[in-house]
Amino acid sequence: MATSRQAEASSKWRAPVLFIVLAILFILEGTTRNALFTGSWNTSLAILNMGLISAVTALGLNMQWGYAGLFNSGVVGFVALGGLAPVLISVAPVEGGWGAGGLRIILALIVGLGTLVLAAVVWRRVQRKLRVLALLAVLIVGFAAYRWLFDPAVDAIEANQAAQFGNLGGLGLPVLLSWPVGALFAAAAAWGVGKVALGLRSDYLAIATLGIGEIIVAVLKNEEWLARGVKNVTSIPRPVPYEIALQRDPAFIERAQNWGMSVAELSGIWVKLCYAGLFGAVLLLLILLAELALKSPWGRMMRAIRDNETAAEAMGKDVTGRHLQIFVIGCAVMGLAGAMMITHDGLMAPTQYNPLRYTFVIWVMVIVGGSGNNWGAALGGILIWFLWIKAESWGPQLISLLTSPLPAGAVKQHLLESSPHMRFIAMGLILLLVLRFSPRGLVPEK
Amino acid sequence: MDLLNALVAFLNFVFIPAAAYGAQLALGALGVTLIYGILRFSNFAHGDTMAFGTAITIMATWALQAIGISLGPIPTALLALPIGIAGCALMVLGTDRIVYRFYRKKKSDPIILVMASVGVMFIMNGLTRILIGVDEIRFDDGARFVIDVRSFREWSGLSEGLALRTTQLITVIVAVLVVWALFWFLNRTKSGKAMRAYSDNEDLALLSGIDPEQVVRLTWIIAAALMTIAGTLYGLDKAFKPFNYFQILLPIFAAAIVGGLGSPIGAIAGGFIVAFSEVAITYPWKKVAGHLGFQSDGLLQLMSTEYKFAVSFVILIIVLLFRPTGLFRGKSV
Repeated sequence: MATSRQAEASSKWRAPVLFIVLAILFILEGTTRNALFTGSWNTSLAILNMGLISAVTALGLNMQWGYAGLFNSGVVGFVALGGLAPVLISVAPVEGGWGAGGLRIILALIVGLGTLVLAAVVWRRVQRKLRVLALLAVLIVGFAAYRWLFDPAVDAIEANQAAQFGNLGGLGLPVLLSWPVGALFAAAAAWGVGKVALGLRSDYLAIATLGIGEIIVAVLKNEEWLARGVKNVTSIPRPVPYEIALQRDPAFIERAQNWGMSVAELSGIWVKLCYAGLFGAVLLLLILLAELALKSPWGRMMRAIRDNETAAEAMGKDVTGRHLQIFVIGCAVMGLAGAMMITHDGLMAPTQYNPLRYTFVIWVMVIVGGSGNNWGAALGGILIWFLWIKAESWGPQLISLLTSPLPAGAVKQHLLESSPHMRFIAMGLILLLVLRFSPRGLVPEK
Repeated sequence: MDLLNALVAFLNFVFIPAAAYGAQLALGALGVTLIYGILRFSNFAHGDTMAFGTAITIMATWALQAIGISLGPIPTALLALPIGIAGCALMVLGTDRIVYRFYRKKKSDPIILVMASVGVMFIMNGLTRILIGVDEIRFDDGARFVIDVRSFREWSGLSEGLALRTTQLITVIVAVLVVWALFWFLNRTKSGKAMRAYSDNEDLALLSGIDPEQVVRLTWIIAAALMTIAGTLYGLDKAFKPFNYFQILLPIFAAAIVGGLGSPIGAIAGGFIVAFSEVAITYPWKKVAGHLGFQSDGLLQLMSTEYKFAVSFVILIIVLLFRPTGLFRGKSV
C-alpha cells in the first residue's frame, strides 16, 4: 500500500511539469534561432496545430487500448475516412455531377448494402440444407445488380468536367459541420469491423483493422467520383479567415504596425492561432468528456473488463458488447481528428495516408504518453509529433556531427543521405524502450 | 481450338502468376504460423523482416556479380540466399535476445509482444531503407523466360501465347523443396519433434526436458530462413520495394488465419487460397470468355487490381465469421 500511495503522490505534479516542459519546447522553437530551433512562431504554431490533431487521434486510440486493451492497427483508415467528410460536406457541389449519376450511385450503394443485410438475414432464417445456396444466390444477384447500377453512373460522373472535377462534389455546408460527420463515417466503418472481429482472439482485431485501414485508403485513392482519388481535392473551405483577406484589412495592417511585425508574418500567426484555439477547444472538450466517462460507473466497468475479462463476464457484463462500444467511440474520435486535419490542410490528398505515419506513430504517442491516461495520451501526441517533425532537421545534423571524424567518401555520403530514415529507427527505439523500462508511460494511469 | 486458347489464356494470366504468388505467400505464412505456434504472438514485423533479409540477399547478389560469379540461366540471388538467411537469422536472434525474451520470461500478454513487434518493425523498416534505399530494385539476372510467348505460339499454332518466367518456375520449385525440408524436419528429427511438442503444450514439453530457449532459437532461425526465401522469391518475381513488403503483411496474415494459425499445412493451403482468389477476382475474364464463345462488352472483372487487398480482407472476414480457428483447426486461444 505504502508504495502505491507514494507513487500517486509523486505523480501529482508529473503531468503539469511535463506539459510545462512541452510548452517551453514550443516557446524555444518560436523565439530562439540556433542549430536546434528555427525561431519562427509560424513554424512553432504549425507544429502545435498538427500536434493537437495528433493528440486527438491519440486520445481515440487510448480509449481503445488504454480502457479496453483493443489493438487497432488501422488508425490510418479511420483518420482517412474522417478526412472524406470535409470534402463531401463543405466543398461546393460540382455542376452536373449529381445529374450525371448521383442518384444512381446512391441507389447502387443502397443495393450493395441491402444485399449484405439480406445475406445475413438469409443465413439466419433459411433452413440448414438450403442456406448456402440461398446465400450464394443473394450475393451473386445483389453483386450483379450493384455493378449494373454502379459502373455507368461512375463513368458518367467522372466524364463530367473531368479535367477540373469529375466527382460529385460536396454539399456546400459549413466546414465545421463536417467534423462530427467525419466521426460518424469512421464510427460506421468501425462498427462493421468490430462486429466481425471482436469477441475472437485479441490479435484477430489487429489483423482485421490492418486490412480495413488499407482498404479505406485504397478506396479513397481509386474512387474518383467520390473525392477525385489521387487527383486530390483542393480549396476546401476554412473555418478561419484567410491570410490574404487579413493582409488587405486596414485594421489588421494597423495592428501589425503597432506591434512592429510584418503583415505577412502576423497574418500567418493569426490564422494559426485561430486553428490552435479551435483544435485546443476540441481536445480539451474530449479530454473532459473522456475523464467524466472514465470516472462514471461505465468507466469503472470498462477498466474491470480490461483487467479481468473472465471475472467481468462472470459478473454478467457483456464484454464483447462493451468492446464494440469503446471501439466505435475510439474510431469516431479518430475520424474527427481526420476531418480536422483535412480542414487544416485545406487539401484532400489520399496518397499522404501512410500507415507508418498515421497508425504506428500514433501508437508510439499513446505508449509514450501513458496508456490509459487521457492527459498522457494528449501529452504523448503533442510531444512525439514535435520530435517527429524536429527529427527531420535534427537527424541529419546528428549524423553529420557523428560522421565528422570520418573521411569524406562513399560511406559517409550514404549515411548522410539515409539520415531521413533514422526517424523510423528512433520511433521504434522509443517505443521499445518505453515498453520495456516504463510500460506505464510518461503520465501513468491513476 | 478455342477451348485450348481459353485454357492457355487461363494458364498464362491466372494459373501461373497465382501459383508463383501463392508459393511466396505460403512461405511467408509458414513463418507467421511457426512464430505464432511457438512464441504465441502475431509478428507485425514479419513483412519488414522479409524486406531486411531480401536486402541482404540483394547486396550479396551484387557482390557476387561484381566478382563475376553467376549461375548461368538461374538468378544469382539463389546463390546469395544463404548469406541473406544468415544475416536475417542473426538479426532476428538479436531482436529476440534484446526485445522478446524479456516479455516471454515475464509471461506478458500476447498483445504486448505484438506491440513490441511493432517497435521491431519500425527498426527493421529504417535499417532496410538505410541499407538499400526506398527505390524499386530489380535483381533478377540469368534467362528471363523458360517459355516465351513467341516460341510458344510458333510451337503450338494457337493465337494465345504462354509465358513462363524463370523466376516463376524457380519460385514454385524452391517453395516445394523448402516445404518438403520443413515437414521432414518437423516430423522426423528430434529438434523438430521438440518444436511440435512445445507448440502443443508448453508445460508438458518442459516436463519432458525440452529446453524452451533452444526451441525458440531454432524457431527464429527457421522463420528467418522462410522469411528471406519468401522475400527474395517475391522480389525476384515482382521487384524489390520496401513498402510492398509492409503491404504483403495483410495477405500473409490472411493466409495464415485461413489455414489456421499454428498449423503449417494450413499456412500452405491458405497461401494458395488467398493468391488464387486474389488473381481470379482481379483478372478481367473477357479474353477467356471470348474464346469460350461468350462475347462481352465489359471486362468481366469482378474487382479492379487496386483492390486486391480487399480480397484477402474479405477471405479473412469470411473465415472469422464462419470458422475462426481456420480450415485446419489451428490454435483457438
